[in-house]
Amino acid sequence: MNRLSSRHVLGIEHMTVRDVELVLDTADALKNILDRPIKKVPPLRGRSVVHLFFEPSTRTRLSFELAAKRLSADTVSVTAAASSVVKGESLLDTALNIEAMRPDIIVLRHPLSGAPHFLARHVNAPVINAGDGANEHPSQALLDLFTVRERFGRITGLRIAIIGDISHSRVAHSDIRAFDKMGAEVTVCGPGTMIPPYVDALGAKSVRSVEEALDGADVVMVLRIQKERQGGCLVPSVREYAHLYGITRDRLRLAGPDVVLMHPGPVNQGVELAPDVFNDSRSVILDQVTNGVAVRMALLSLLIISDTNREGDGT
Amino acid sequence: MTDLLLRNGRIMDPANGLDGPGDILVRNGRIEAVGHGIPAPDGCLLVDVTGRWVTPGLVDLHVHLREPGEEYKETIASGTRAAAAGGFTAVAAMPNTLPPNDSAAVTRFILERARDAGNARVHPVAAITKGRAGKELSEFDDLLRAGAAAFSDDGSPVRDAGLMRIALEYARGLDALIISHAEEPALSEGGCVNEGRISTLLGLKGIPWAAEDIAVFRDVALAELTGARLHVAHVSTRGAVEIIRRAKGRGARVSAETAPHYFSLTEEAVLGFDTRAKMNPPLRTEEDRQAIIEGLTDGTLDVIATDHAPHSSLEKDVEFPLAANGIIGLETAFPLSLALVRAGRLDPADLVRLLSTTPAQILGIPGGALRPGDRADIAVFDPERPFEVTPENLFSASHNTPFLGTTLTGRAVLTLVGGRIVHNLLGTGGRTESP
Ligand SMILES: [Zn+2]
Repeated sequence: MNRLSSRHVLGIEHMTVRDVELVLDTADALKNILDRPIKKVPPLRGRSVVHLFFEPSTRTRLSFELAAKRLSADTVSVTAAASSVVKGESLLDTALNIEAMRPDIIVLRHPLSGAPHFLARHVNAPVINAGDGANEHPSQALLDLFTVRERFGRITGLRIAIIGDISHSRVAHSDIRAFDKMGAEVTVCGPGTMIPPYVDALGAKSVRSVEEALDGADVVMVLRIQKERQGGCLVPSVREYAHLYGITRDRLRLAGPDVVLMHPGPVNQGVELAPDVFNDSRSVILDQVTNGVAVRMALLSLLIISDTNREGDGT
Repeated sequence: MTDLLLRNGRIMDPANGLDGPGDILVRNGRIEAVGHGIPAPDGCLLVDVTGRWVTPGLVDLHVHLREPGEEYKETIASGTRAAAAGGFTAVAAMPNTLPPNDSAAVTRFILERARDAGNARVHPVAAITKGRAGKELSEFDDLLRAGAAAFSDDGSPVRDAGLMRIALEYARGLDALIISHAEEPALSEGGCVNEGRISTLLGLKGIPWAAEDIAVFRDVALAELTGARLHVAHVSTRGAVEIIRRAKGRGARVSAETAPHYFSLTEEAVLGFDTRAKMNPPLRTEEDRQAIIEGLTDGTLDVIATDHAPHSSLEKDVEFPLAANGIIGLETAFPLSLALVRAGRLDPADLVRLLSTTPAQILGIPGGALRPGDRADIAVFDPERPFEVTPENLFSASHNTPFLGTTLTGRAVLTLVGGRIVHNLLGTGGRTESP
C-alpha cells in the first residue's frame, strides 16, 4: 500500500522504516520531473497547500512552494511578518481561520517545539512540520537520507558524523533519528554546551574530539553555528569554535575515502566549514537543495494520496 | 446546626494514637465524643460510616485559588468547594493573585470571601515581598494581624539571597513561617520540562534538578543561619530530599512538602507535548520519584500538599512552551496518596499525618486531630470508591490535570467543617433518629 502510516508528518520520530522508504522511493520517481523542460505534473491539481511560516526561512519555504507548484497545487504562503501573530492572535485562532478555508495540506514552520503537534490536534488538514523549535525538521532529514542513498546506494551500515550544535538543532534531532532508524551509525561531536543530555536516546553516540568523530566517516554533516551563540552563551568565540570543530581539508582526510560532506545551509564559511571545503568535490550541499524539492513533492503527494484513500474508506 | 453521630467508622487520628472502629459525636460544631457505642442524642443525624475512614479534615499547605483577579480559572468559592470534595477542610492560599496578596486589605478580602463561601477554611499566605517583586519586604506584622498564616513569594523564588536572609530574620522575630519556592532562575529560565531524556527527545529547554537543589540548599542554609522557621514547597528532586534530610539531622527548623504528582508521575507524562503535565517544578525522573517516596516514608518530607493550580484552556490549549505551569490537585490528592498505601510504601496513619496532622502543626492552626472539644473539621473517605476524573465529576472550575479521563480509587464521601456538612456523597446514608 502506497500510503504513510500517519496523516501528518510531524517528525521522523513518528515515521516507520517503511514510511521513510516510501518517501525516498516516491522522491526518486519524482526527481526526474525536475530535469524535464516543463517541470509540472498534475497530482495536486485543484488542491491547496498553505505554508505557514512563523519564522524566517527562505530555503525551506521556497523548496516547499516549488514542490507544491510542480505538483500543480494552489499555494499560499503566510509569513510571520505579514501574519497576525504580531497582532497577538494565537496559533489556535490562526489555525482555525485557515482551517475554515479548507486547505488540503498545511506546512508549518514555527519557533516553538511542538507547535505542529498542537496544530495537528486542532485542524483536519494534514500538517507537515517544516521545522519546530529545536525539535524536528523531518523533510530536511528525509532529503539528507535521499542524498546519501543516492550517493552510496544504501544507508544501512554507513557511518555518519554530525558536527556542531546538536542541542539547538532540529536538523540534528531529525537527522540522528532518521539515520539511526535506517540502520546507519551516528556519531555526534561539538562543544559540551551544544551536546544535549541523553543524546543516545535520539540514537547517536557522542565523542569528544572532532578527529574521533570524523575517523572513517562516510558522511560528515556539518551544522550551522549561529554567531549569536558566541560570547556569554555557548562558545567563547567563533574563532575558538572554528579551531576546535571547524571542518578543514586536513580534518576531512581522517574520514572514509568516499566521504560526502553535507550542510543544511546556510553555511558560515570560515566558521563551521573552511572555505576550501565548501567548494570541494566531496560536498553535496547543492545536491541537498535539489533533492529537497523532490522529497517535499513526495511528502505532499503521499499525504494527499493517503488522505484521499482515507476519505474513500469512510464512505 | 444539626448534631451528628458518625457511627462505626475506622477512626484514624495519629495525633492521638487512634486507628480502629468507633463513633464520633459532633455537637454544636465541635467534637463531643470519640469512642465506642456512643448513644445518639435526640434529633441527631445518624450516619453509618462502616468501612469508611474517618480522619481529621485534610489540610492543604499549598493551593492557588486565583481570586482576586483570575476568577475565570477558579474562585475562592469553587476552589474551596473542590477542597471539600477532596476531604480538605483547610487550605493555605498562595499570594500570586492579581493583585498579589501583599497587603492586609487583600488578606481580609480573601478571608471574607472564604467565610461567605463556607466550604473550607482558608489561610492566606501573604507575599514575602511587595508585589512579589523581590525588592522590599511586605508588612509582615500588619499581614499577620489581618490573618495571614505564612509568607511566600510562591510562583517565583526570592532571587536575592540577601533579601531572603532579611525576610527570614524578620520572620523569626514574629515567629512567622516562610515558605520557599526554591528555584534558581539563572538555571531554570526558559525551561519548560525536566532537563534530561525527555527535554532532548522533545527539543524543549529543560529545567535541571540543580536549579531546585541549589535553591533548597541556599534557603536551608539561610534558615540555619538565622534560626528562622522554613518550609520548602513542592520538593521534586532526589537532591532536595537529601539536602533536607541532612538539615533535619542537624536539627534545622526546616519542614518540607511534596505534591502527589511528584510521586505519581514522571517526566514521561509530557511526551506528545501534553500541556496538562506541564508544571513548575517539572515532573522529574523515576529515580527522583522513588526518592520522593523514600522521603515521605522516612519523614524527611513532612507534608503532601497539592499545589492546586487551576488554569483554563486559554492558558493550557496552546503551544507547549507557552502553556502555563500547574495542575489542579485538591480532588485527586487523596486517591493518589492512597495509592502509596496500597503499594505498601506508607501506612494509613502516615497518610493522615502527611495530609492533615503535620500541615496543621506547621501552619499553627487548629485541626489535624479528633480530640473531644476540637472544632469538628472531619473527613470521611471511602478507600474503595472508584473516582472517574471527568469534568462533570470535578468541583474545581478548571480541569487541567493529567489524570483527566482516568479512574482513581478512593474518594471523600463526607466532609464537615465546624460540624457543617460541606460535601456529601453518601446520599440517603444518614437519617434522623428519635429514640
Ligand atoms: Zn511554587
